[in-house]
Amino acid sequence: MVIYGVALLAFCYITGIFLGDILGAALGVKANVGGVGFAMLLLIILSNKGIDAGWLDKKSQEGIAFWSAMYIPIVVAMSAIQNVAAAISGGAVAIGGGVVGVIFGFILIPILSKMQKNSMKKE
Amino acid sequence: MDLMAMLTKVLTKNGLIFAFVLIGITNLIAYKLAGLTKGRIHGSAVAIFFGLVLAYIGGGAKGLASIPLFAGVGMLGGAMFRDFAIVSTAFGADLREIKKVGFVGVLSLVLGLLTSWIAGVIVAYALGYRDSVSLVTIGAGVATFVVGPVTGAALGATSEVIAISIAAGVVKSVLVMICTPFVAKAVGLDNPQSAMVFGGLMGTTSGTAAGIAAVDPKLVPYCAMTATFYTGFGCLVFPSILYLATKAVFG
Repeated sequence: MVIYGVALLAFCYITGIFLGDILGAALGVKANVGGVGFAMLLLIILSNKGIDAGWLDKKSQEGIAFWSAMYIPIVVAMSAIQNVAAAISGGAVAIGGGVVGVIFGFILIPILSKMQKNSMKKE
Repeated sequence: MDLMAMLTKVLTKNGLIFAFVLIGITNLIAYKLAGLTKGRIHGSAVAIFFGLVLAYIGGGAKGLASIPLFAGVGMLGGAMFRDFAIVSTAFGADLREIKKVGFVGVLSLVLGLLTSWIAGVIVAYALGYRDSVSLVTIGAGVATFVVGPVTGAALGATSEVIAISIAAGVVKSVLVMICTPFVAKAVGLDNPQSAMVFGGLMGTTSGTAAGIAAVDPKLVPYCAMTATFYTGFGCLVFPSILYLATKAVFG
């Protein structure tokens, strides 16, 4: 049933966020430290287990897949509720950061590809 | 009988449902427009850009949700639905595929996140941001337009800084879409290995997928293999290790 997938996703979400809060408290920072990341890890592990073991059937998977497909629309909604009027003054930061990030990435591609080829040869 | 007043009441009372309609239409227009670029610019980037424009039109601190009629968008785009949907994208990641990525794939992910962090922090610092929460949030935004707001929300950054972080991610995503076909040859982006490295370094799934599709559609799955882990990995390390690192440097 679709709800099984949604429930599994919700379980991973709650558990991950809770772990993030605990880690934040343990580190003494008033923040959720990596909660979403933990939730994703948990979902990868549990959904892989579920599919292999057979208890996460096609219908149940649809319950997770729906939310995954809603991801971009929700990000669009999220963008629509930010304080953009105030952020315009920081537009230079956005453009500058984006440009520098892309340049770094392209510079590193040939270097890492070379390493990848070398490591493949050794194998 | 005041039909307008009645309609307004229905739309305000059912804010979240109305938001589905609004965001659906926004996406429709964005994807149609992106289609005109023949896949060079991915619809998602256009849609997110439209979202930022709507926020600007809305004006106030809560963007479009500052207008009571559109308050439902605030719920759909709020932290709960956002994080829930982000977590769901981890579904489908095959553990066997992760093992195939190998050491260099993981290294490209780590370096991709580190360079985004450095790029964001340097630019933000140079333009006057001094507190570690804002610095790391902008760095996270350079990683992707999702890691930015997740990090900002987790650490309590201002909405203004979160908006900048989203914009930085969109700038990067669009740049990757446009530049990749032009620099592909120069950086040797023509085989599965370099496509995997490319996905890990750039991370933006929409940007890398659209960019590399213009180079060679056969390379898309290789680049997606690493790019899919980027956002999750970023959500894990930015609000934790990289925040603490930023705090250690800038206090």
